[in-house]
Amino acid sequence: MIDILLLLIIVACAIAAVSIKDLLSAIMILGVYSFIMATIFTRLNAVDVAFTEASVGAGITSVLMIAALSRTKRYEYLYTKSERRKPSALFLKVLSLFIVIITGAVLVYGTLDMPEFGDPDAPANKHVSPRYIEESHHETGVNNFVTAVLASYRGYDTLGETTVIFTAGICVILLLRKFKKDDDDRYAGICY
Amino acid sequence: MIDVIHFIQTKFYYLVVIFLMMIGLYTTIASRNLIKKVIGINIFQISVFLFYIAMAKVKHGTAPILWDKAVIYDNPLPHVLILTAIVVSVSTTAVALALIINIYKEYETIEEDSILAKQELDEEESILAKQKLDIDRSNMA
Repeated sequence: MIDILLLLIIVACAIAAVSIKDLLSAIMILGVYSFIMATIFTRLNAVDVAFTEASVGAGITSVLMIAALSRTKRYEYLYTKSERRKPSALFLKVLSLFIVIITGAVLVYGTLDMPEFGDPDAPANKHVSPRYIEESHHETGVNNFVTAVLASYRGYDTLGETTVIFTAGICVILLLRKFKKDDDDRYAGICY
Repeated sequence: MIDVIHFIQTKFYYLVVIFLMMIGLYTTIASRNLIKKVIGINIFQISVFLFYIAMAKVKHGTAPILWDKAVIYDNPLPHVLILTAIVVSVSTTAVALALIINIYKEYETIEEDSILAKQELDEEESILAKQKLDIDRSNMA
């Protein structure tokens, strides 16, 4: 019962986050969305993922977004009625809705073949994971299977993940650094 | 009819995931505000995480941590994948937001329509400037 309630709350949060015009409120609701998702992860016994989602997904994403918002505008541009009724705007809305509905229908068609929720005989639960569940404690000495796979068997994967964060950090620094010295001849190439 | 009810009963997690994904996708396509687009991408990403975690659940399974009384464990491998994916999603969000800040510095707006209008204006100005330069050069010659 609580699962269905949480899923309803999360759908409400998603709709609220995309429909609200104040971007700061939208970011707050996105944080709530992430936290409720962390609760659902806990209900589904994915405790490590819930930790990470609550700290990294809800915390850092909200902080980054509010930091970005402090350097841009807080309120979304309110289109007037005549601007919203323009054929080009209307066409764009209908086209995107059409694309989204088609994609959703294809995805629902794809779930017809999926194994049922919580099915112990699903191929994903039968093939590779029993080996890790049975052997990882003897091989690595770690009680938590997720940690054992993440840090031991797939240690290089985690190294790659660190590389991704490092690259993203360098990108952000390069994009946001200030040009002070050559401020005058920055536009030298454009001016004739 | 019974088939439909059975389908919804056994796969409601997947259906909710698809609904959330479509909300995110629609926002990413249709919203004209760049930060709203990033919010849409985030909703999309987090719903995909829920899809993987829902696949990992086994009926009556316990959390994948060694326990004497456990009969059956959940599948730990999707959890590992999603741990990596969460961090990667935050990195992509950071880069997207940095790009948006740069766009705001350049155009002083984060609305797509205004950005496109300003770009057209700039192009016209540059073409005019070039024509003027050509005329000056021909006069000099």
